[in-house]
Amino acid sequence: MSKILVIAEHLDGKLNPSTARAVSAAIAVKPEAIDVLVLGDSVDAIAADAAMIEGVSRVLTVARAENAHPLAAVLAPQIAKAADGYSHVFAPSTTFGKDVAPRVAALLGVAQVSDVMSVEASHTFKRPIYAGNAIITVEANADHAVVATIRTASWPAANSGSNSAPIEALTLDVTLPTHTRFIELKQGSSDRPDLQSAGKVVSGGRGVGSKENFEIIYKFADKIGAAVGASRAAVDAGYVPNEMQVGQTGKIIAPALYMAIGISGAIQHLTGIKDAGTIVAINKDGEAPIFEIADIGLVGDLFKIIPELEQTLG
Amino acid sequence: MKILVGYKRVVDYNVRIQVKSDGSGVVTDGVKLSANPFDDIALEEALRLREKGVAEEVIVVGIGPADLTAHLRNGLAMGANRAIHVVTTDAVQPLTAARVFLKLIEKEQPGLFIVGKQAIDDDANQTGQMLAALWDRPQATFAGKIDVSIESGATGKVTVTREVDAGLEVIEAELPAVITTDLRLNEPRFIKLPDIMKAKSKPIDSIEFASLGVEAHDHLKTTHYAAPAKRSKGVMVKDAAELVAVLKQKGLL
Ligand SMILES: Cc1cc2nc3c(=O)[nH]c(=O)nc-3n(C[C@H](O)[C@H](O)[C@H](O)COP(=O)(O)OP(=O)(O)OC[C@H]3O[C@@H](n4cnc5c(N)ncnc54)[C@H](O)[C@@H]3O)c2cc1C
Ligand SMILES: Nc1ncnc2c1ncn2[C@@H]1O[C@H](COP(=O)(O)O)[C@@H](O)[C@H]1O
Repeated sequence: MSKILVIAEHLDGKLNPSTARAVSAAIAVKPEAIDVLVLGDSVDAIAADAAMIEGVSRVLTVARAENAHPLAAVLAPQIAKAADGYSHVFAPSTTFGKDVAPRVAALLGVAQVSDVMSVEASHTFKRPIYAGNAIITVEANADHAVVATIRTASWPAANSGSNSAPIEALTLDVTLPTHTRFIELKQGSSDRPDLQSAGKVVSGGRGVGSKENFEIIYKFADKIGAAVGASRAAVDAGYVPNEMQVGQTGKIIAPALYMAIGISGAIQHLTGIKDAGTIVAINKDGEAPIFEIADIGLVGDLFKIIPELEQTLG
Repeated sequence: MKILVGYKRVVDYNVRIQVKSDGSGVVTDGVKLSANPFDDIALEEALRLREKGVAEEVIVVGIGPADLTAHLRNGLAMGANRAIHVVTTDAVQPLTAARVFLKLIEKEQPGLFIVGKQAIDDDANQTGQMLAALWDRPQATFAGKIDVSIESGATGKVTVTREVDAGLEVIEAELPAVITTDLRLNEPRFIKLPDIMKAKSKPIDSIEFASLGVEAHDHLKTTHYAAPAKRSKGVMVKDAAELVAVLKQKGLL
């Protein structure tokens, strides 16, 4: 029988919703137990949140000053130690999970399955390659632990609220390296919904033309309560910060509504929105590839259309 | 110090990948191959560090079949001093690649090993992190900015700005270390004709994979390839009012 250890992602004392998505993937394995591991400096609030996620058997915590910031070199040896006795170790396929999970896998001497989209059996998974242009079925050797990252856009967050899993503090006997130090995190401050979990996302591309013009995208997004994203071209041109990039090398998202405005629809961008419910494209070029995959297309100048949309909405 | 650079050859990012109808793989016959875009960025960064005097030697490393030499020549033409070709006809998974790189590290003793954050064929995003674990050294993944300060030889430290989901994270690591590159780190230079001529006389060391004593694990087997589910073509609306009406009808606004 399987026993799964899910690595919790958190920031500023809050559990990241990607953790509950990884728990969903763990549930799909139909294991005997799902334990969530919280590594941090102060862990109580995070652990309490994790304990409420349905399907979680136990929450294990390691509170150490060294765990104040998520440095892979510091976390990985602790996770590898805690993984003893588990058949699977899952982490969300966010920059956090992508950073730490392969380091854990190498310490355990096993391969990693990246970006799990579906669980076919306890050791059989589907995952995307070539920017999502092919989906492969991979079988992991059942003699070894499976380390995997979970493609968050493929999994709904497991429900939260009804569960109250026991919380246990772990003491792990591992010496931690001091060769890597956290200096700072420059976070974009925004009151807008979080891009990775928002139900609606409005994204702007190179067509928006400048940082100043991007205000029109923000204003419209605020009007409909959406998060704001961007294409790589918009980020590279300095219109918006990097954490807003959607696509193969940015965020992979699955909102109910995605509006691509002044975005041509390059394959690397589309990879990031394949799981969106409804895709709307607004582009002045009727031949833009984005229209091939959009559910609703509108050809025209965004600087004319967005004010009209706002007007219609009242 | 020396810098080793992972330099993988992949299907060019402009190619529209086709899955074979029998599900046995993707079509690679006659398809354009290029350097992994992240690896060109890795090489560019290494060359800039050499130009700044931080490094003396930049070595590109490829694991692959005999004809990989032409690809490694491109890395030499871009400016690498020499290349190491680990020859194998088998596809290598990230853990195996990391074990191979560790063997090369033991021989070359670099101050930095720079690889791409992911290879755009397997999209694994693992090799750099695995290498850092096996080497027991720092890792700075998804680098958007790198500053190296050298004390002597291969000791010193590197300050890396990392592109993470929350924004930009800055970390400091002691050398030697592994760095994985993100797209905004730099813009790789173009190869000029005279550089291609010069590259012809630069050395490529060939090492048989089997001679390294690396255990090629087979923990993961790919059993099937499929094309992704297609989104069906949607509808066009004529103006903003109609768009709002359709979205309201769907309950999205
Ligand atoms: C390895 C690799 C990884 C990549 N990863 C990503 C990624 O994660 N995310 C990503 O987005 N890209 C990524 N890219 C880049 C990608 O290939 C494209 O270059 C990029 O997505 C283009 O952005 P864009 O659509 O905004 O710009 P463009 O392709 O320049 O398109 C701009 C569009 O705006 C339209 N437009 C212009 N003015 C107006 C107007 N007034 N009104 C309406 N429409 C207008 C134009 O008709 C055009 O279609 C990656 C590339 C590589 C090589
Ligand atoms: N066969 C290989 N040859 C050279 N470099 C490689 C190879 N495999 C992986 N790498 C390096 O590791 C990086 C990440 O690859 P991956 O973990 O497969 O996504 C690549 O961008 C390369 O720099």
